[in-house]
Amino acid sequence: MSFPLLTVTAVVPAAGAVVTAAVPAARRTAAKWTALAFALATLVLAAVVTARFSPGGARYQLTESHAWITAFGVRYELGVDGIAVVLVLLTAVLVPFVMLAGWHDADPLETSDRRWRPTQGFFALILLVEAMVVIAFESTDVFLFYVFFEAMLIPMYFLIGGFGDQAGAHGEDEQARQRSYAAVKFLLYNLVGGLVMLAAVIGLYAVTAHQLGAGTFSLPQILHDRANGTLTLSTTAERWIFLGFFFAFAVKAPLWPLHTWLPNAMGESTAPVAVLITAVVDKVGTFAMLRYCLQLFPAASKWATPVILVLAVIGIIYGALLAVGQRDIKRLIAYASISHFGFIILGIFAMTSQGQSGATLYMVNHGVSTAALLLVAGFLISRRGSRRIADFGGVQKVAPLLAGTFLVGGLATLSLPGLGPFVSEFLVLVGTFTRYPALGVIATLGIVLAALYVLVLYQRTMTGPVKAGIEGMKDLKVRELVVVAPLIALLLFLGVYPKPVTDVINPAVKDTLSDVHRTDPPPKVTVPAVAAAKENAK
Amino acid sequence: MSATAAAVHSLWTTRALADTAATPAIPTPHIEYAQLSPVLIVFGAAVLGVLIEAFAPRAARYAGQLAVSVVGLAAAFAALVALAADGYAQGRSHVAAMGAVAVDGPALFLQGTIVLIALVATFTFAERRLDPVAHGNRVDSFAAQGSAVPGGEQEQKAVRAGFTTTEVFPLLLFAVAGMMIFPAADDLLTLFVSLEVFSLPLYLLCALARRRRLMSQEASVKYFLLGAFSSAILLFGIALLYGYAGTVSYGGIADVVDGTAKLTPALANTTGNDALLLIGGAMVVMGLLFKVAAVPFHMWTPDVYQGAPTPVTGFMAAAVKVAAFGALLRLLYVVLPGMRWDWRPVMWGVAIVTMVVGAIIAVTQTDVKRLLAYSSIAHAGFLLTGVIAVSPSGVSSVLFYLVAYSFVTLGGFAVVTLVRDAGGEATHLSKWAGLGRRSPLLAAVFAVFLLSFAGIPLTAGFSGKFAVFKAAAQGGAVPLVVVGVISSAIAAFFYIRVIVMMFFQEPQPQGPTVAIPSPLTSTAIALGVAVTLVLGVAPQYFLDLAGKAGVFVR
Repeated sequence: MSFPLLTVTAVVPAAGAVVTAAVPAARRTAAKWTALAFALATLVLAAVVTARFSPGGARYQLTESHAWITAFGVRYELGVDGIAVVLVLLTAVLVPFVMLAGWHDADPLETSDRRWRPTQGFFALILLVEAMVVIAFESTDVFLFYVFFEAMLIPMYFLIGGFGDQAGAHGEDEQARQRSYAAVKFLLYNLVGGLVMLAAVIGLYAVTAHQLGAGTFSLPQILHDRANGTLTLSTTAERWIFLGFFFAFAVKAPLWPLHTWLPNAMGESTAPVAVLITAVVDKVGTFAMLRYCLQLFPAASKWATPVILVLAVIGIIYGALLAVGQRDIKRLIAYASISHFGFIILGIFAMTSQGQSGATLYMVNHGVSTAALLLVAGFLISRRGSRRIADFGGVQKVAPLLAGTFLVGGLATLSLPGLGPFVSEFLVLVGTFTRYPALGVIATLGIVLAALYVLVLYQRTMTGPVKAGIEGMKDLKVRELVVVAPLIALLLFLGVYPKPVTDVINPAVKDTLSDVHRTDPPPKVTVPAVAAAKENAK
Repeated sequence: MSATAAAVHSLWTTRALADTAATPAIPTPHIEYAQLSPVLIVFGAAVLGVLIEAFAPRAARYAGQLAVSVVGLAAAFAALVALAADGYAQGRSHVAAMGAVAVDGPALFLQGTIVLIALVATFTFAERRLDPVAHGNRVDSFAAQGSAVPGGEQEQKAVRAGFTTTEVFPLLLFAVAGMMIFPAADDLLTLFVSLEVFSLPLYLLCALARRRRLMSQEASVKYFLLGAFSSAILLFGIALLYGYAGTVSYGGIADVVDGTAKLTPALANTTGNDALLLIGGAMVVMGLLFKVAAVPFHMWTPDVYQGAPTPVTGFMAAAVKVAAFGALLRLLYVVLPGMRWDWRPVMWGVAIVTMVVGAIIAVTQTDVKRLLAYSSIAHAGFLLTGVIAVSPSGVSSVLFYLVAYSFVTLGGFAVVTLVRDAGGEATHLSKWAGLGRRSPLLAAVFAVFLLSFAGIPLTAGFSGKFAVFKAAAQGGAVPLVVVGVISSAIAAFFYIRVIVMMFFQEPQPQGPTVAIPSPLTSTAIALGVAVTLVLGVAPQYFLDLAGKAGVFVR
């Protein structure tokens, strides 16, 4: 038996969570370093996974398979394709930055109660979320995926509800009420989505048990049996089960109109937790659309495509418009994220190779760029003690580094060429345009609006005369620079040279598209000169 | 012995032969004592407990009762395991005691579950560290003297003298013995008798709370009246079924339903009358649905759960449900499988209403015990979806669910006994605010139980829910699964609400304190956590066990 690399990648953060939680109450700093060490170990493991993955090789690599609950036909099956590899790596990269950025977020205000250990809890929960997200990316068994897809809500819920932002516009009590409301809203939305998916998962089991004799959740086996005709889903069954799955992922992603939990959750939680929500946990939703919706239910996916695409485009425009109108920095970024998730979903369901490669690349880029922007915004907010845009002004005069990094994060969000998101957004739009020109054109409006909300935000907070309360603002500290600088470097790298990532993604995207029996539409426009040149060359 | 019997017999051979056609001779009862040993051990322990109560000095009773109960229950469990190891759970399934008691997989599985529940419940019954010491005596959750008028002089005397109601242990054992026979009963009379055997001690136990005695007595009276009513309905149903089939044995009735039975000429006028079958069957099922607290027979549940001493509530919530679902399964699967097209639609309706009403009404509750009561109603609905499957996987999923549910419930109620203020247990939810800050461990444990009730993955509740929904979906009840999923979502809301209160709200200045329990209650709680996690993460062994136990003997 070979070394269970994928399992270890998930077990290390889980073990880290346990160890961190067990650190005595008084040893707060030790707990932080322990957690960071485990997060870095996970990063190393994720890097090893990436290095061991060969893009041209088998579809699912580094596979592991063990019986788990045979009575339900559930196996403990892990395996990564190119898309999963990239997202596991993204998660492992972001978590140490999240921890560093939130280094002091969970320091208890009063140290009188020795049993109350928020710091240990905060870092342990982050590691727990990481472990669950990683295993969700790695699993190739629908049930196994579902278990962690749902279970990750619980630590996330405690992170949102337990460690809120101290910098609200209202009093302390109102703040606590808002935060607990946001946490409950997050949990209920996602739980309902998950339970609907549970019905669909059971439906899938019933179908496979009926047709194959023994129910199975193994993705490779179901794909195999569908390909050779042993397993056929009736159109009605496939559509219902697809809808069950898609609903859960659309809540998680989130897709308009199921998005309303995101601004609350991101607004009320601390910036690092908001990064965890939007850059890590939400990616599971879009990832699952690619892996489960498209591969398991190709016909139903095609059937639902028009509606989903329209919703995605509405999400793009709606999210961007609401971002323009926000007065709260974090809620603005949340609505920007909704707009960007629209792009990702658009790319996935356009069902072209550029679109899906772009969407996958977008998941990575959005993760990095949102992390950069949100974390810097978090530093800004904690300095001023407010998240209202109106409370800021002229920051670039007193804290130029902070303003500069904020600008780079913002420019990445608006997809400036040269930074990562541009490449992916471009690919998504091209991919969409080749099949759905009208939607492509409308979606492009989202970019224009993005420029508006980012630049207006920068102008209001960073430029102009220095506002009261901003004068003494300190510039970025070393710890904060350590967080921001690598992320910006990564954005630049992905913007200039995305090939290493796309090389890993593309074969997986090709496989997915062939599952849906889709090929790229032939180019409709032939340029006479080029055609003539080709003729001449021959 | 058989030689003498034959010799005696030969004296009046002719006459006897002539008589046999008209009035069959009453055969000597043949009782398989070995196969009934688990129940007999529990009964024996209960009787011993009564003797201790009668003859042992007051000071020695508590220790004696506790020892007898624990040893008796452990011995009963050992006997059950031995029977199962002998193959009675599968190949050698048998109907013992002249067709009165079945010894088969489901019966042994459920009896084992009930005995373990009782063992854990005994621990919570015996807990004496929670209430503050009264006049130098450690006291438990039960009234000093059951017969004393609440608040009266006699009661004060009893409290001052340090009396405790140690009768609760034999009462518990009698109830357990009845519950063990209930799901194993293979004829309707045994069913009825065992129902009464376990109900009467429960009525008494409900009335014995040390604090809030009037509420406890009210709960008991309510439970008794409604329980008596439902027993009467059950008995009426049994009479009608006898009229229909001419027999009370499950196998005999099933044969008549299937049309394979030889009919007794004397009863030819009524035998096979479908009206009797339908009405009688419905009444018997109603009696059982009352015990499992399915809507619309659930009215007693919140009041009784709230009023009864919390250890009793935990025991009742877990064990009665196990016993009653066992009996319901046997009745529907052994007696009435031929009628499934008649009872299934009705049970569909009951299951849907039970899930939805249980979940919705629970949302408005402000008392922990009432909340858990409504949650138990909703769980009865989920269990019914498994019952409706009418398949071996339906049986095994219900068995599994019962195990998962009952130990979590016991643990949950054990946690409730720990959160206290001056008036005893602080069951009002508002008092639980900020508990996560005061005692993080206790709050975390309760949160684990709540998450399991809510069916979050990696907990026992999820495995159980998945099992019953899977069985239901395979049985073609997909709409039921959808309703189940929706009510799970509603139910999740109120479980989450409690977690919000415990962790995200500031503690009240005059909030409750958390009592430090003795190892007895700690064991109950730890076992609940262990079952929650083991059945959630690695349920395979127990699913196999339940799967092997999935066939009834007829």
